Formats: sequence, structure tokens, C-alpha cells
Amino acid sequence: MPLHAKISTGSITGPTGVPALLVLEDGRTFRGESFGAEGETFGEAVFSTGMTGYQETLTDPSYHKQVVVMTAPHVGNTGMNDEDPESRRIWVAGYVVRDPARVPSSWRSKRSLDDELRVQGVVGISGIDTRALTRHLRERGAMRVGISTVESDPDALLQKVLAAPAMSGAELADEVTTGEPYVVPAVGERRHTVAVLDLGIKGMTPYLMAQRGIEVHVLPATATLDDVLAVGADSRGPDGLFYSNGPGDPAATKDQVELLGQALGRGIPYFGICFGNQLFGRALGFGTYKLKYGHRGINQPVMDRTTGKVEVTAHNHGFAVDAPLEGETQTPYGTASVSHVNLNDNCVEGLELRGPDGRLKGFSVQYHPEAAAGPHDAGYLFDRFLALMGGEL
Amino acid sequence: MPKRTDISSVMVIGSGPIVIGQACEFDYSGTQACRVLKAEGLRVILVNSNPATIMTDPEFADATYVEPITPEYVEKVIAKERPDALLATLGGQTALNCAVALDAAGVLEKYGVELIGASIEAIDRGENRQQFKKIVEDLGGEVARSRICHSMDDLLAAADELGYPMVVRPSFTMGGAGSGMAYDESDLRRIGGAGLAASPTTEVLLEESILGWKEYELEVMRDTRDNVVIVCSIENLDPMGVHTGDSITVAPAMTLTDREYQKMRDLAIGIIRAVGVDTGGCNIQYAVNPEDGRLIVIEMNPRVSRSSALASKATGFPIAKIAAKVAIGYTLDEIQNDITRETPASFEPTLDYVVVKVPRFAFEKFPGADPVLTTHMKSVGEAMAIGRNFTEALQKALRSLEKPEAVFDWRHEYVDLDKAALLEEIRTPTDGRLKKVMDAIRAGAGAEEIVESTRIDPWFVDQLFLINEVAVAILEAEELTPELLRLAKRHGFSDVQVGKLRGMTADVVRGVRHALGIRPVYKTVDTCAAEFAAATPYHYSSYDEETEVEPRTRPAVVILGSGPNRIGQGIEFDYSCVHASLALSEAGYETVMVNCNPETVSTDYDTSDRLYFEPLTLEDVLEIVHAEEQAGPVVGVVCQLGGQTPLGLAQALKDNGVPIVGTTPEAIHLAEERGAFGRVLAQAGLTAPKHGMATTFQEAQEIAARIGYPVLVRPSYVLGGRGMQIVYDDDALKTYIEAATEISPDRPVLVDKFVDDAVEIDVDALYDGEELFLGGVMEHIEEAGIHSGDSSCALPPITLGASEVERIRKATHAIAEGVGVRGLINIQFALGSDVLYVLEANPRASRTVPFVSKATATPLAKAAARVMLGESIADLRAAGVLPAEGDGGTLPPTQPIAVKEAVMPFNRFRDAEGRQVDTVLGPEMKSTGEVMGLDADFGRAFAKSQAGAFGPLPTRGRIFVSMANRDKRTMIFPIKVLADYGFEILATQGTAEVLRRNGVPSTVVRKHFEGAGPEGEKTTVQMILDGEVDLVINTPNGSSSGREARIDGYEIRTAAVMANIASITTVQGLGAAVQGIEALNRGDIEVRSLQEWAALVGHHG
Ligand SMILES: Nc1ncnc2c1ncn2[C@@H]1O[C@H](COP(=O)(O)OP(=O)(O)O)[C@@H](O)[C@H]1O
Ligand SMILES: Nc1ncnc2c1ncn2[C@@H]1O[C@H](COP(=O)(O)OP(=O)(O)O)[C@@H](O)[C@H]1O
Ligand SMILES: [Mg+2]
Ligand SMILES: [Mg+2]
Repeated sequence: MPLHAKISTGSITGPTGVPALLVLEDGRTFRGESFGAEGETFGEAVFSTGMTGYQETLTDPSYHKQVVVMTAPHVGNTGMNDEDPESRRIWVAGYVVRDPARVPSSWRSKRSLDDELRVQGVVGISGIDTRALTRHLRERGAMRVGISTVESDPDALLQKVLAAPAMSGAELADEVTTGEPYVVPAVGERRHTVAVLDLGIKGMTPYLMAQRGIEVHVLPATATLDDVLAVGADSRGPDGLFYSNGPGDPAATKDQVELLGQALGRGIPYFGICFGNQLFGRALGFGTYKLKYGHRGINQPVMDRTTGKVEVTAHNHGFAVDAPLEGETQTPYGTASVSHVNLNDNCVEGLELRGPDGRLKGFSVQYHPEAAAGPHDAGYLFDRFLALMGGEL
Repeated sequence: MPKRTDISSVMVIGSGPIVIGQACEFDYSGTQACRVLKAEGLRVILVNSNPATIMTDPEFADATYVEPITPEYVEKVIAKERPDALLATLGGQTALNCAVALDAAGVLEKYGVELIGASIEAIDRGENRQQFKKIVEDLGGEVARSRICHSMDDLLAAADELGYPMVVRPSFTMGGAGSGMAYDESDLRRIGGAGLAASPTTEVLLEESILGWKEYELEVMRDTRDNVVIVCSIENLDPMGVHTGDSITVAPAMTLTDREYQKMRDLAIGIIRAVGVDTGGCNIQYAVNPEDGRLIVIEMNPRVSRSSALASKATGFPIAKIAAKVAIGYTLDEIQNDITRETPASFEPTLDYVVVKVPRFAFEKFPGADPVLTTHMKSVGEAMAIGRNFTEALQKALRSLEKPEAVFDWRHEYVDLDKAALLEEIRTPTDGRLKKVMDAIRAGAGAEEIVESTRIDPWFVDQLFLINEVAVAILEAEELTPELLRLAKRHGFSDVQVGKLRGMTADVVRGVRHALGIRPVYKTVDTCAAEFAAATPYHYSSYDEETEVEPRTRPAVVILGSGPNRIGQGIEFDYSCVHASLALSEAGYETVMVNCNPETVSTDYDTSDRLYFEPLTLEDVLEIVHAEEQAGPVVGVVCQLGGQTPLGLAQALKDNGVPIVGTTPEAIHLAEERGAFGRVLAQAGLTAPKHGMATTFQEAQEIAARIGYPVLVRPSYVLGGRGMQIVYDDDALKTYIEAATEISPDRPVLVDKFVDDAVEIDVDALYDGEELFLGGVMEHIEEAGIHSGDSSCALPPITLGASEVERIRKATHAIAEGVGVRGLINIQFALGSDVLYVLEANPRASRTVPFVSKATATPLAKAAARVMLGESIADLRAAGVLPAEGDGGTLPPTQPIAVKEAVMPFNRFRDAEGRQVDTVLGPEMKSTGEVMGLDADFGRAFAKSQAGAFGPLPTRGRIFVSMANRDKRTMIFPIKVLADYGFEILATQGTAEVLRRNGVPSTVVRKHFEGAGPEGEKTTVQMILDGEVDLVINTPNGSSSGREARIDGYEIRTAAVMANIASITTVQGLGAAVQGIEALNRGDIEVRSLQEWAALVGHHG
């Protein structure tokens, strides 16, 4: 009879007990324990406030080159499964959590988060005051950060952080987009054919389109107008064009904005989300700017100004479109207006483009109607896209 | 959509007396609602029979009716006030049922009152399980297979289809009253039978068992524009089979992937729409099969619930407040999130901490009660704790319970724990199971074994392993390193726990900790995980890096609350704390509230300037005081208003250099330590009942012989009348002493002369060192011997003369002075054969403070708070806080009579065989709540108190009468009156004789101790239990007539409690009842608001 059970299901001081160091570009330092892969990593420090869906978050290409701080203290509780990833790999540059799970618990779990991070070589840190870090980022804004299990001297790590590239001006679509075009067949009878520009697309997006009878042709970010027009049965090209979410600074993106302009010129119905909203904005002649610390979470209240209803929505963006909230703006392609607004900070969450006849030509939202992770309140936007292509709007 | 313009007055119905399943969470929600509606410029009309609530304070409504929540009385209020709308979704099941009844009776239509929040149809769709089932299935959801039954035959037939075990659920009962698990036919006959009886629609639902599944709850909020948000997700640590109210619950849900969570969310939104709760909050429960994720909807409550209060405190999203706003037309996006002050309420709170709620039970009060947790709620209160991780929150919550045995404890590490036995034990959910689980882990059980036995989710089980591993590390370490200590703190270990592990005292551990600078930081509950700055200082402690306590300049007063509700310490104490907070911020102080009870108004972040949601232990309070001293000047800590909990901390706080305001710890000791108090009485020339202390039967016997039977015995080391018993002879004394464990020289048994046939008197008074302000003198209707908390009483006293009140005033003054009270004191006297005995003095706010304050329209607790901080009663009279002259002892003739009646939880407790537990009332308190009846004369007031507590007095039917000899003469006339009203009179032999000789016909029935007759004639008790009697009149015999007669009296009274009918135990009561019945017959009982009474009596506010 043992005096005490020692069947340990994990270490009591973090997953490994190996010390790790986190340093922000303004010098603020946190010490914790290594989580996931050991080593060193750099990126833009951002925080995400979602309480569920870390697996979707990790595999969202929009987080490419970002070190994500989870505000929810317990992460990894449901492990990792084979159904929930939103892309082929984990994209975050680094991962910061307070209390990683020692054992996952879910009938769908295949492996632990810690193992997965290690396998994919993602460096993380655990056991730090994530709320303090979050408040720091809220007050000072998103900034560069480094995490290391090899470097224990904050100053030395700080030098490396300052040497790392910043997010502003970064063009990253090419790094996350698909190498080859591919097609997601429509579920049931095919109603429309859509060309989708993959700027960092999440698996749920083509899935939801296909569910609605759309044949989804996913093209690399480098696709040209001809590539787009080649989609679809006849010379009229696709029934619609879709731009996905993705990482990087929209201001640094040229080609896709041009492409979008040409497509709009040809009257191809357009739907864009997130990065696709920012590029739509630029194509319409609006500016984009970097938010102080962005919107990352699944509880953001957005008002759909056409219905006056509020949607609770999933967000992941550090940049926003600079368009007048009130009134209409004349553009080469028609009349543009702001269709959705964030009720927390009044930033632009959606754009609408109408022709002289008042008919809808294209629209976009800054948030994620495909959710994953997040509420399904905005799913109706895919139906709106359908209606748009059906000429009903 | 802005506020509706077609509503200018709203009636709010409260939830009445505190009962199991419906506690002060509804005072919290109702108070918020009233605040909001009033602020919106609406005329608020409130009905609630519970005087201990904040919401019934005159300032919270324009017209406050402390009247019974029965359709009859509420209709009177409606007829008088003609409200435009009725809001019934914030007063629990009581208010909802009342609204349904009013609608059925056509009252709402008759007076053109619109039901806002949820329509009758919505309520029905939500509560009628068949309709609800259809709604869920239409949404593609699943519910457990079930059958509706209206008779025992239905039940048995359905059983064949569903198979055992099954859940038995009576329709339209609250807190699962009458429901349970049937494992075989006898269970089914038992629970099902009771269920049919319990259901107002004699409808019982049989349901497929999904025991052991994961259980979840979502709190949902909807507005007129159909915007819907999920406020909070809650996961039960105890799997399906244990009522949520009895489960350890955790927010947010810990073991759901986003896909599963969104599935629940989608269903919740679909359900609230389909059910048609057009505005406000509702609560939806789910079960998830851990094997394959199969999702089942258990139920929805189309109203604000206990969980809503928990969710509000857990997230900072004030559900009731917002429910009230959307009910009058606002949309969520038009309502500001008053924690961030910059974002709207149309969002979903996100947490960066973990919240754990643990129930508190009172089985020790109900010997024989089956302690197994099942589908109907048995807990009487709960504690909540917040931490930055689960282990921290859990351990904080467990110590918040104030039950030492609830806290994990590795002290007996060298005792071999029997793993197999423990694994078997923890299969059955009981109070304290979690601790047994920990013992099983210590005994070497593996995670899988624990999961197999308990069905507790593996993630939670691993967290328990983590706690154990940390404990072992501390236990086995060469020395207690800073790292280890930090680690222990990070996982919620208290200094006491660490001390036990290291064989040091908590004080030493604290010393070491402070020397190493290891102290908690205070984080903020901000609804948004720090995405936006928080404007409300709602704090919780955590051993993390950065603290968020803001510096301040104004002097602060720290008010200690009363912790989880328990029998003897409940809402009444929260009432006093809240009042102190209001009074002190008016007086210019910064108020800092400390409490861990999620149901209360005190833990509403709106109540005080700062709120610390923390356990009320020495360690936690000392750290808060330290943090606040860092932030600015601290005047002191108020320990006098939260009941025994803070009172017990006073001395230790002072020893640690914390200033205590009001009555000093030394004075408290004078009142609480028997010897010292005896000297105080002697000095004042007052008498206490003869008494002595014994550690053996012999000693006890000698004392008893000296002072004479009956005697009252109790252990000296427990509070709240625990283990008190009246003993009539040596045999009984022997039995008691032998049963009483833990007797030792330093833990003797107290033996008191039991004062017979005595009137008990309760007094609440204020003392400032010079002047005494007699708050109120309450005359108990039951004789001394029934705990002051359980007996009904009248204020002003109905039979005491001015001279007696003067004696009481003098005695109270002398005791207050002798003890050295600064603030409130509560004294219980027994007046027997013209001797005034002092039973006890409590140098603190008492259970009756809110009752007295309301009855006399005098804010006693507010005044007390200011006296504690140095103002004199004269100052307060001048300031208009207290009446310019006179006090509760000199009430004007226009003063209405207030009657307090206690409400018992007996009907919730059955023994393992399903028999009702013993319901005898005695010196140990057992009631959970109270109501107040207020009217011009005692008869009407009494009638109202009965209506509020049990239902209206009968105006026809059968009356059972059994009178003590001394009362036989006085009863004749009133009984004759009742007979003339057409009541059929049943009586015991002697009583029947007297009645016959006086020309009052009656039928003789057998006494309880005689047992059933040869032809199976029922005894009185049996007839009462079988509902064949409508009113019981029984004045207990003095000891003269021997033990049987007395016990018989108790049996009769408690049978009445069981059958939920009024029973009258005194001639005064009888006279009162006759007057009450008379008034009912005349039909001229009226309702009057507190505000009207105040105007009438000429009181200020
Ligand atoms: N089909 C079932 N099988 C097993 N346990 C159940 C079942 N249905 C309910 N329970 C348990 O009983 C408790 C009370 O049931 P519930 O429907 O919530 O009634 P109440 O209205 O009292 O809350 C639930 O919290 C759950 O733990
Ligand atoms: N000597 C006594 N004679 C008769 N009744 C008593 C006596 N002492 C106590 N009681 C009864 O027991 C009840 C509880 O006793 P009390 O000393 O007030 O304990 P508690 O601390 O629980 O209030 C009292 O309300 C009173 O009815
Ligand atoms: Mg329930
Ligand atoms: Mg008492």
C-alpha cells in the first residue's frame, strides 16, 4: 500500500518543466515553462479571446507569422482530432497559454495538443500571466515578440526580436496559398460554379459553399484573370468570384487587388471575407489601416445595417477598411457603402457594391461567416452570395 | 427599438419565502429588475411575502406589497394598482405559477394587464414537457424518451416500455420537488405516487435514464428584435443524475470542442425562438454522452433561474437587469455593458478565469434523511469561487463552504486507505463525494478506475490528480522552497492545508509566505477577457503576476458577508450587509464587500464600491485587507452583520492588526462565552435558566437532579442550536449523552433548566454606548422550546403589557452595556411565571433585523453601520435615519401588527426507504425561510402570514382541536364561533368532553400515542397526514401532563407542517385564527403597501 499515489499523468510544473522566456519588442518579459516544441520563435504577438476552438485557431492560415496568446487559461482540454483542422497544418508562429491540459478528454481526440505542437515544431510557452500580457498588448498595441527555450537572457532575446520583420507591409498570401488549384464538388445538384482565390482559406469555407450546391474551384493566390475566367462551363467564366481570408497587410497586396478590379469590371458577382473584405475595399478605392490590437475572438457584435439585427461573430483581423460609415461612395464599378459595423468600436465590418440600377454586384465582410471556430449567426451570408449569383438581389 | 411608451407601470412578483430550490438568487434578480424599471421612470409595484429581501425595501419600488403570493391576494393588488404590465419571469417558479394562475382565472384579462417577458403560451411551451419535446425534435434535436402518466397504472405500463432505471418527474414543480430515480417497481410506486400528488396537474413524466452522461447548461438572452446571445456555459462536474443545484458546477464549460459547443448554441437559439420567450433570459440544460457525443436536451426554464444568478456573477453580465430592460422594449445593442462602459450588451461574455460553484447541504439537521444526491435538489445553499485555473477555483470554493470536512486534507497520509472500498463508495453521489475521490486517488486508484466509478470527466479527474501530486510534492520535499509554496498557491492550497502537510500552523506558513513576498494578486471580472478596460472593480484573487487593484483616496470600510446560505444563516444577514454598504457609501466611505455567495445582492457588483468575490477565511480576508491598505486608507472591518461567519473571524483579524469597527472582539467574547456572560447577567441582576456543564452522564444526572427536569441539553462547541434537545428523564438523558460524540473536559455538554410554559421574546436593539434604541420586541406565538428561527412571532407583542416591555428594555440596556455593544444586539428572553429569563444574547445583526426594519419602517442595519463607525443614536435621530423620538418599544397605536411565520423544508427530505423524516420542531432551527403578514390587527396579519406560508386559512371544512387543560376554558368561545361558521369539529377525549358540556358537538379521535384503533380508526396524526383535516388547533400541555401529551402535540404540529396546513398552538393563535377566518368570511381583508403604512403611521421613509 503506497503512502501516496504517484501515478503522474503529467508534470506538475508545466508539460516538461523546461524553462522558457518570452520577450516583447518593448522589453516586457515573462518567464514560464516550455510548451510544445523547444527552441526559439518570433512573430507578431496577438491575443485571441475565444474559449473554444483552439484547434481551428491554430490551423487558421490568417495566423501565419503570429504568436497567439490565448486568454482562456485552460487550453488543450479536448486534445486534437482529425475533423476540426481548418487547413493542412498549424500556422501560428508561437503559442502562449497559461494552463495546458495534461490529459485531453474527448471521444474525438486522437492526440494531445502538446504532442501535436511538438510534431509540427511549434514553439510555445505556458504558465505565464496571460492576462497581464493581454492587457499589455491592449494598451500598447500588437507588437513583435520572441519565445525561447534556448536563450535565457532577456536582453539577448530582445535584440533578436527587434531584428525580426514586422507585420505591417508584409505580403504573406503566397506563403499560405495552395500550390495547385483544386475543385470541391457541389453537394447534390450543382447550382453555381465559383472561383475562389485562396489567400489563406479555411476548410470550412468551401465546405459550406459546396453544401449549398456550389462547385468550388480553389485557385492559388497567384491566379490571373484568365485562370479565373477558365473556371466554369462556358466562356462567361464563373458565376461568382470569392476571396478568402488570409494573413498580411492588405496595403502590401497589388496583384489580387488588380485582379478583383478586372473581375468587377466584367460584372462577375463578388463575395469576400476578412482579407477578401480588405482587398475589396482597396479595389473600390478605400484605404486600409492597422488596428491597435485587432479583433480576435468569437464574441464580436456586428450590426447588419440592412436588417438592423446583431450577429455574434468570429473575428481574426489586425487590419480594417477605412470607409465612411454613412453615405455612399461612387467607384468605377458602382456605388459602395458600409453594410456591417462592429458595435464595440464602430469599425467597418462589411462593404456592399451596387450598380446604377441599385442591384447588388458584390459584397464582403471583415469577419468569418464560416465560423470554425465561432457562432453560426452569419451563415446566411453564403445564401446571400447564392442569391447574388442567382440575380435575386 | 427604444423603450416602450405604452407601459407606465409594471408589477413585479417576487419568489416568496426562501425554500430549497428557490433562495435569495431571486431577491438578487428581483432587486435588479426593480432598480432598472424605476430608473426608467416606470411606476413599480412589487409583491413579495418575504420580508428578508432587499427588493421589499420601500425605496426599491413605488408600491411595495409584503403580501402573500397567492392569486387571491395578488388580484387584490392588481385591482388596486391597475398595473399596465406584469413581469413574472424574475420571481422563480412561484411568480411564474402565480402569473399562470392569474391568467387562468381571467384576472389579467379583466384588468387589462399585459404579461411581459414570457407569454402564457411561451411558459406553457417551455414547461409542458410534451410540447417542449416536440419543439426540440422539430429543431432536429433529441430529448430523452419519455411517457406522460396520470395514474399509477399509466406509470407501470410506461415502465414496461422504458425499462428501469427511470427518472420520475412531476410536472410544474420547482427544484425537482417530488422527482427521483426509480430503479425498480417499488421505487416507482413510491416516487411516482408522491409525484402524482406533488404535481398541481397530477401529471408525472417517466423518462429514460441517461445517468452518468456529461451535464451542461446554457444561459440565453433574447430581445424584441430577436437578437440572441449566450451569456454563459456551465459544465457540471457531477454527471447526470445529480440535480444541477446539488452538483459542483464549472463555468465556462471545460471539455467541449467548438463544434459541440456551437451545436448546443444553435439548439439553444432555436429553442428560445420556438418556445417564444420574446424577451429576457432563459436557461437550457443538456446531456452529452461521453462515449459518442450524442446530445440530449434535458429541459428549459423560460425564466431567470438559480443558474442565471450564478452566470451573472460568473461573467459580470447582469442577466436579470438586462432581462428587465429588454422586457420593456430595449434591444441588446441599445443597452450598455456597464463593466466596460464602451461596448454594448449584444455580445457574449468571454472568461479568462474559471468559476466553480459547490453546494452546501444541511443533512445533519435532518437525522435519517437520505444523503444520496439525486434528481431533486437537497442543498440549502452554495458557494462560488473564481480562480485563474480550475484547481485554484475548486479549492477556494471548497474552503468557502466553511465546512472543515469539505476541504482536501492529506493529514492521515499514513492511514492505509482501502482503495477498493473507496472506489465502491464513490459510485454513489453524496455530499462530500469529491473528498472521497481524492482519498481514492491517494489510495492509489488510477484515473480510469475513478472515471469508471464516478463517470466524472477524465479531465476533471486529472485535475484532482494534479492537486494530489502537488500535495505529495509539498509533503515529501526536504524543505518548503519558494517555488513549491508558489506552486501550492497557484493550485489553490490554503495556508492551513500547506501547514497540515508540513506540520506547521497556518500562521507560520503565512509568515513564511509573506517573508518571501508570496501574496495573491487581484484580477478583474470584466466580461471580455481584458479586451477592453473594465470600469467596475469586481475582483478575485489569484497567485499570478499582475494585480489590478486601483489606488483610492477615500477611506474604505470592509464589510464581511455571511458566505453560503445555510439553515440559521441566510438572506437575512445579506440584507444587513447590503444595508451597511448603502449607508456607509452615503456617509462618504468607500465600501468594500467580501462574500462568496453567488445568490446574493451583496455580491452584485452594483452594490458596493468594490467587490471581492472571495472565501471568508482568515487568510483570504487578511490578504484583501492588505491589498486595500496598499490602495488607500482602511478604516476597519465590519464583522457584525454577516452572522456567525464574520463574527468568528473578528478576534483573529484583530490579533493580526486589523481594525474591527463596532463591538470589539473582547465584547463579543463576553456575550458568547457562558461563564463571562453569566457574570454580565449577575452584575445586571438578571436571571438565566439554571444550568451546568457535564462531561459524563453522572455529572449531567446530578445537574438535572439539582435543577429539575425537563432540561435542555446541547454540546457546548456547536452554534445555531445544533444538537439541542429537550430531555424529560434520566433515560433520555443517558441516551443523549451516549449518542453525543466528542464529549470531553474541554468539550462539555451544557445542561439548562428548560423553562416551561414560557413565552419567548426576541429583541433586536441598537446601542451606542449610552443610548439604547429598542428596534423591536417580538412575541413568539409558540412557547419557548421551539427555536426562535422556527417559531412564528408578532410585532408589536400581542399580549405583553407596557410594564413587561419596560422590563425587557431595561434588561436589554443592561446587557448591551455590560457586554459593551457598539451597534446591534439580539437577545432572546423567556417569560415564565413572571420571571424574565435571558436565554442568549448575540452581539450582532440577527435573523429578525429585516423583519423588524420592515415592520417598523426603521432602517436598523443602516443605523447600526453608522453607529459602528462612531455616530450616536442621537446623531442618527437628528439625521432622520432613526425616528426623532420613541423607538420599537413605543410604537404608536396606528402601528400595524406584523406576524412572522417560518417555512420548513421537511417535505424535501425522506429516508432511504422513502419515509418522511421526523418533522418535530424543537430548539434546533430547521426552517429555511419566512414570510410576513402585515395588517391593522393581529387576526388579519395572522391570516396573511398563514396564507403566505401554507396557503389560506380554511373558511369551511374540518378542524381538529386538542387543548391543554389550562386552555380548555378559554377555547370554548372561539371554538363555538368556528362551529357556528359551519366547521366540523374533531377533538381529543378531554377536549370533546368540555365542548359537549358547552353545547358544541364534536367527534372524538384517537391520540397519536394510542395508535390506530381496533377497527383501524385513524389517529389524529394519520388523519392530518391523509389531508382529512383543514385546520389544527393544539395547545401543548405543560410537563405536568407528562411526556406523551407533549410529544403528541409535536407530532400533531409537524404532521400539519407535512400536510402543509396551518396549525395553531396557542390560545392567542386560536383567537387570531378565528379573527382571521372571520375576516376571510367577511371578505374584507385588504392589501396595503409599506409606503401607505408608513404614511399612515407617520414614519419617515
Ligand atoms: N433522463 C435523465 N436521466 C438521468 N438523470 C437525469 C435525467 N433527466 C434529468 N436528470 C437529472 O436530474 C436533474 C434535474 O432534472 P431537471 O430536468 O433539470 O429538473 P429541474 O426542473 O428540477 O431542474 C438534472 O440536473 C439531471 O442531473
Ligand atoms: N432554558 C430554556 N428554556 C426553554 N427554551 C429554551 C431554553 N434555552 C433555549 N431555549 C429554546 O431554544 C432555542 C435556541 O436556543 P438559543 O440559545 O437561542 O440557541 P441558538 O444559538 O441556536 O439561537 C431558543 O430560541 C428557545 O426557544
Ligand atoms: Mg434543471
Ligand atoms: Mg437564539
